[in-house]
Formats: sequence, C-alpha cells, structure tokens
Amino acid sequence: MIDAREYGRLVQKATPSEPLLPSTLKAFWVGGAVCTVGQAIEMYFMSTGLAAKQAAAPVAVVLVFLGVLATAAGLYDRLTGYAGMGGALPITGFANSMAAPAIEWRTEGLVLGLGARMFTVAGPVLVFGFVAAWALALVGLGLSALGLGSAS
Amino acid sequence: MSGPQLAALRPSSADRTAAIQLRRGPNLSASYTVAGPEETHGPLGDQFDEFIEDYRLGQTTFEQAERELTVRAVHGLLRRAGLAAHEVDLFLAGDLLNQLVTVNFAARELRIPVIGLYSACASLAESLAVGALLVDGGHVRRVVCAVASHFYTAERQYRYPTELGNQRVPESQRTATGAAAFLLEAPQTGDSASDEERVAITSVTLGRVTDLGVADPNNMGAAEAPAAADTLQRHLGAVHRSQPYDRVLTGDLSAVGLPLARELLAKQNIVLGETWQDCGLLLYDQDRQAVQAGGSGAACSGLVLGARDLMDLHRGSIRDLLFVGTGALHSPVTYQQGESIPGIAHAIAFERRAGVAVE
Repeated sequence: MIDAREYGRLVQKATPSEPLLPSTLKAFWVGGAVCTVGQAIEMYFMSTGLAAKQAAAPVAVVLVFLGVLATAAGLYDRLTGYAGMGGALPITGFANSMAAPAIEWRTEGLVLGLGARMFTVAGPVLVFGFVAAWALALVGLGLSALGLGSAS
Repeated sequence: MSGPQLAALRPSSADRTAAIQLRRGPNLSASYTVAGPEETHGPLGDQFDEFIEDYRLGQTTFEQAERELTVRAVHGLLRRAGLAAHEVDLFLAGDLLNQLVTVNFAARELRIPVIGLYSACASLAESLAVGALLVDGGHVRRVVCAVASHFYTAERQYRYPTELGNQRVPESQRTATGAAAFLLEAPQTGDSASDEERVAITSVTLGRVTDLGVADPNNMGAAEAPAAADTLQRHLGAVHRSQPYDRVLTGDLSAVGLPLARELLAKQNIVLGETWQDCGLLLYDQDRQAVQAGGSGAACSGLVLGARDLMDLHRGSIRDLLFVGTGALHSPVTYQQGESIPGIAHAIAFERRAGVAVE
C-alpha cells in the first residue's frame, strides 16, 4: 500500500532537476546583453538632445518593436528557451508575451481571437502593475501629508 | 492513513473488468500510421505508412491539419483492407481537443457511425477496449479504432502560445503529431485458412481513475504511473497464464513515469524486467531530439503500436503483447482551481490465435 505522501517522495527522487548554476549564468548574460542594448539605444536618443527621462519612452518603443519582430520571426522563444528569465524578464519579453498569443489566436478572428487573447499572458502584469502603482501612490500621498515624503 | 491510496486488490469475482476474456475477440486485421515531422526523424521514421513535412498540412489551422491526419489514416487503412467506408460498422476514435473536434469533424467526412472517446493519451487503449467488447458481444463486425494528436493543437489548448518563450523542464514530454487507425474484425468460420494464426484481442482491462496527488502539469509521467501500476496489477492478478507476456507495452510513461511505475509494482512483488517497454521512450531518440522525458499525446502509442509492435506480432517475433495505454487527465481549468492530475490506464491483450469457431 502506498499513500500520496510516500508517492510524492518517490516522484521527487525520480524527477530530474535542472542544475542551477548554468541556468543562472545564461539568464545573467543574456538579460544583461538585452539591457546593454537598451542602454545603447538610450545613449543614442540622448545624443539627439533628449534628456534621460525623455529618452525612456522611445527606448521602450524600440525594444518592444525588436521583441515583436523577433517573436514574429520565430526567434524569441528560442532565446528564452536558452536563457529563461534573461529573455522573459526584460521589456522585450513583455513584448513577446503579447505578440505570441496575437500570432497564435489570429485564426480565431481579429476581435475575439487576436484582440481578446493578446492579453492572456500579459494581463496579470498590467492589472497588478496598475494596482501596485496606485497603492504605492496612496502610500506616497499619505507620507507627504505627514510631511515625510520627497517633493518630486 | 490519510490521502488517496493505491490499494492491492485481491482478484475476486467482483472485479469483472480486471481482465475481461473475449472468446470471440476481434482480429486486428490491419493498421495504418501517419506521422509528423519530428516523429519521422525518430527511430521508427521509415516504418510509418505515411508522413507529413508541414505541421499545417496546407490547411489554414492546426486543428484542420489534425483532422486531415485522421482522415488520411482512416482512408489509408480502408485502402489497405480493401474496404469502403460503408462496409465499416463503427468508427471509435479519440483525440485531445475540446469537444473532440478532430474525431467529430473527421467523422463528418467519413460518414461512419461514430463513438468519440476521451481518456487523454489512453484514448487508443480505450477505443480498442470498447471496440473489442462490441465485436465480442456480436453487435458489430467491423470497427475502425483511431487516435490523433498534434503538437501545436495540444500546446494551444493545454499550455502556452508556441512563440511564447518558456523553458521546458526535463520531466516534460513532447506531444506526438500523427494519427493511427486500426481495423478490428469479428473472427469468422469459413476463413480461408482457419488454422492460420491471426493477431487477436483476447482480453481487456478497463482502468480506474487513480490519483496519488501529482499536481504538476509538466510531470505527466508521474501522474500516470499509479494508474498504470493499478491496471497492470489488476490484469496480472486476474489472468492465469502459464508464461509471462512476451512484451508489455505502456503508452507514455516516459523517462520519469516508467521507473515510478516499476517501483510501485515492485512494492507488490510484481517485476516485469526488460520485456516492459514504453511507447514514449520508443517514438523519439532521447539523445538527438529535444523531447525531454519522451513522447506523449494520444497518437504516441498509436504510432508505436502500429509501426512496430503490431508488426512484430504479425511476423511472429512475439506471440503476445499486453498494451497498457496511459493517460494523465489534466485539465487547465481544474489545475488552476488547485486540483491534482488523476491518471487512467486501460489494458489490451493481443495474442496470435488460430481460427476461432463462430456460429
């Protein structure tokens, strides 16, 4: 006779695990490379006269475009397959998370397929990102009402 | 003890489905396999009857391609057997998609009376079991049993968009792309050579859903292993054989599930050794092809059974075979609701048998 707990132990022993160090290093160098490219793009925009803060938006636009392009070319999933979070975490990964379902669900039509399903992976990021920003803004308001927050 | 348990069942007359003996069990007269690109690059590549190079098969959607695979498998089978569709009594088929769209839309084209079945990757075993029981019961004479699966339709439904970057963990399995069809025919008197041996289904085991708490949808093999062990233990406990089966073939336990199932059976003193093989480990080359733990999908067992093991039986290099189709009953809905993944396994015993006298 065997119960679920004992079986769970057997499963854990039988399931192979990914070695941590090689995966971490791959995520590090690929993620770092993506961010370095972003930095180079920012420096380019600043060289055209934009301040650092103003350059943030066009940098994001370019990186999102590159992410979508790579997804459409069938390359981005290979990058993330290799680098894990190094591909998924940067803004290019966010672009991939919206472009991929858009491509996938095109066959179900533009509205109910592509349009609606585009958010299946990125939806939570948007929802909880907005909620967190709003909550922090409240905290910030509260702190400045108490005279504790910074003025910017 | 708390939690679900895998109980040893003493064979008793109350377990009527542990090994249903079929005295007029059907002959498995013919089979036909259509394989996808990755499968064709595997070790059985040149043994499939047909293969496709384009996952979309020239269709607009992958779902249509899966349907087309199924229709090709059935048409190929009918051509091989020299039969027209209207000479087949029943089409018993399964696939992995919601509403069984592959089966139903293929059946729309074939116009053969149909029963659609679903038990995930055990669907072929389920369809062979039901078909064998119906033929043995004398209600139908010719049944086409079929399964199909497609890597991209399965990913769409159960997992993530295919262009989404996600890493595959080593315990995951690759859903096979392909379709397999099998012809079951009632044995008859007046067969031209009645002492000629044919491959027949002589007993079936109807499995019970078994759940030992595996909740990881990437670990299907571990979810299925308890069900495979339960069915094997029930079947072997109920049949009285002078010799062990020449071969036991499970569906898709693969690299993680197979050792687990062996361990579960060893605890009940059932050891099957090297004669126990698994379709998930035979369909692909683990070293060359990026399939992690092995193959899965409804078509996995169909492709291996059709291309390899039934050929071995027909040639006589093995005299009997116990095929245990395994399925992990994963649903994205129940998974998100916090449920574990139950498994199921149905068993089909194939044997070479000389002509059967039938009234």
